[in-house]
Amino acid sequence: MKKTVILLACWALTWFAATANAQLVIEITKSAEDAVPIAIVPFGWESTGAAPFDVAEVVAADLRRSGRFEPLDRKSMIDRPTQGDQIRFQDWRYFKTDFITVGKLMPEGQGFAAQFELYNVLTGQRLAGQRLTASANSMRALSHRISDIIFEQLTGVRGAFSTRVAFINVEGTPPKQRYKLIVSDYDGENQQTITTSDEPLMSPAWSPDGQSLAYVSFESKASAIYVQTLRTGERKRVSARAGINGAPAWSPDGKTLALTLSRKDGDVDVYTLELNSQVLTRMTFDPSIDTEPSWSSDGKKLYFMSDRAGGPQIYEVDVANPKRPTRVSFEGNYNARPRVSPDGKQLAVVHLDRGNYRIAIIDLASKGLQVLSEGRQDESPSFAPNGAVLIYATQEKGRGVLATVSTDGRTAERFTNTAGEVREPVWAPFPQR
Amino acid sequence: MRVTQLMLIAASGLMLAACGNKPLPEAGPSSEPVEPTTSTEGASSGSVGSSELSAEQQAMEAARQAGVIVYFDYDRAEIKPEFVPVVAAHAKFLNGNAQRKVRLEGHSDERGSREYNIGLGERRAQAVRRALMLQGVTENQITTVSYGEERPAVQGSDESAYGKNRRVELVYGR
Repeated sequence: MKKTVILLACWALTWFAATANAQLVIEITKSAEDAVPIAIVPFGWESTGAAPFDVAEVVAADLRRSGRFEPLDRKSMIDRPTQGDQIRFQDWRYFKTDFITVGKLMPEGQGFAAQFELYNVLTGQRLAGQRLTASANSMRALSHRISDIIFEQLTGVRGAFSTRVAFINVEGTPPKQRYKLIVSDYDGENQQTITTSDEPLMSPAWSPDGQSLAYVSFESKASAIYVQTLRTGERKRVSARAGINGAPAWSPDGKTLALTLSRKDGDVDVYTLELNSQVLTRMTFDPSIDTEPSWSSDGKKLYFMSDRAGGPQIYEVDVANPKRPTRVSFEGNYNARPRVSPDGKQLAVVHLDRGNYRIAIIDLASKGLQVLSEGRQDESPSFAPNGAVLIYATQEKGRGVLATVSTDGRTAERFTNTAGEVREPVWAPFPQR
Repeated sequence: MRVTQLMLIAASGLMLAACGNKPLPEAGPSSEPVEPTTSTEGASSGSVGSSELSAEQQAMEAARQAGVIVYFDYDRAEIKPEFVPVVAAHAKFLNGNAQRKVRLEGHSDERGSREYNIGLGERRAQAVRRALMLQGVTENQITTVSYGEERPAVQGSDESAYGKNRRVELVYGR
């Protein structure tokens, strides 16, 4: 255990040094004890001078964050092979390392090529090997692709290290605050501002093709839902009705938005809005607050939060016949903001746990609830598209920061943004292969 | 017994000081359209007699004195007894000035999920709206908006900050 802590500290230090100008600093808050040991040997550099980029560093961080792997600290490596025939497997067995990745980086055209191989240390078998190329400013993307290949090879699950997240960033103090909608790599790097406003921005939601974001903006001094296409920047206002326009959620086919409206009478209910026809259909009818809809993976059901029983709890309703919602959450007196796992079997929620708002998972079959996070005011859980990790926002020294926790609860990390507050992270779907 | 009574009296005095005679907040984004004290030209264009103006001024002054913010308890949207006079003063002003419109901005504290807090802010704004309408204010004089926890009055994560943030602000358009 002590060894783990020291290793982590070294790892964090080297990471910090390697990315001194990055906006985010990563803090490991929990680390898995039974994760698979793997060695990601620093890549060789087939040219003069220092290597332009540390591929192995990014790959090791990715794999650690998944909760499935425990990368060997590079300071413990007595040897640094860069290709398969240089690996002395018996040495690596000594470190109880199950797998090893070696590779090298070389100049190619305007950018670089990375060649890597993955071996089983016990059998000496070569499991994967590829040569990837990237421009100089896409080296993180190249590294995430290598992580994806290793992860899929060893777990059988598609890696989500190349996916992106969207979140709201807030700077300044009330009443003068500046709101931004930002898209970044899942680890907070490569931030790109999608829109900015002096009035609140909220509730970003990815379209299922990952091409657009729906979100709430108060720029007209009232809430309205906008849909923005990322590549073109084209922006469309899709709902600006009287009262609340909130909580947009795309149906799996991308044709319909579920949303929350309060209309004129102030009754807060969930509706669906067919985007082409603009047909609005009411999904909830209770005088309580019904909001935060989330679609089931087959698009036939909506999960939502309602305080019809006194406190907020999760319910599900049949979209084709929305008259009779059934209750889904039973543990505790506060469960809100449901998000369905990619396999459709679990819900991530915000759960009030002995005075603390925490991220929890509800198993839809057993209705059992497991608390995953350890903060005081954690919010907005969102599943990675492979279901392995959740991203959420947590408070650190009074401001929101990004955090991840593996869905088995074994590893957790915090990404400390240096500028402003991070809210409502949402994980993008897989890019089309 | 005597001590309790004294404390109650002191507490109610404090409450009055804190709520009843609250000065208008400084101009800020959510409280910016505070009614000017001396003039109402913008709203009543020209032909209003001086006695009516004075009545309007009086009612506005009373509303200003009463305060422009109604505070709420945790997870509640009922108007507490100490804020009934606040709402009544604004109802009186709006009743006498049918052309004036008020915008009710509902807010919550920062705890819990954001969209639920939007719902709670709306519920509070609706509670004030209903109270105004029960006292004769017409529907088209009132608009509501909920900011949930997105626009806190004060920053902080303690009960004192939470209490100041769970509120409805009554904002008059020009």
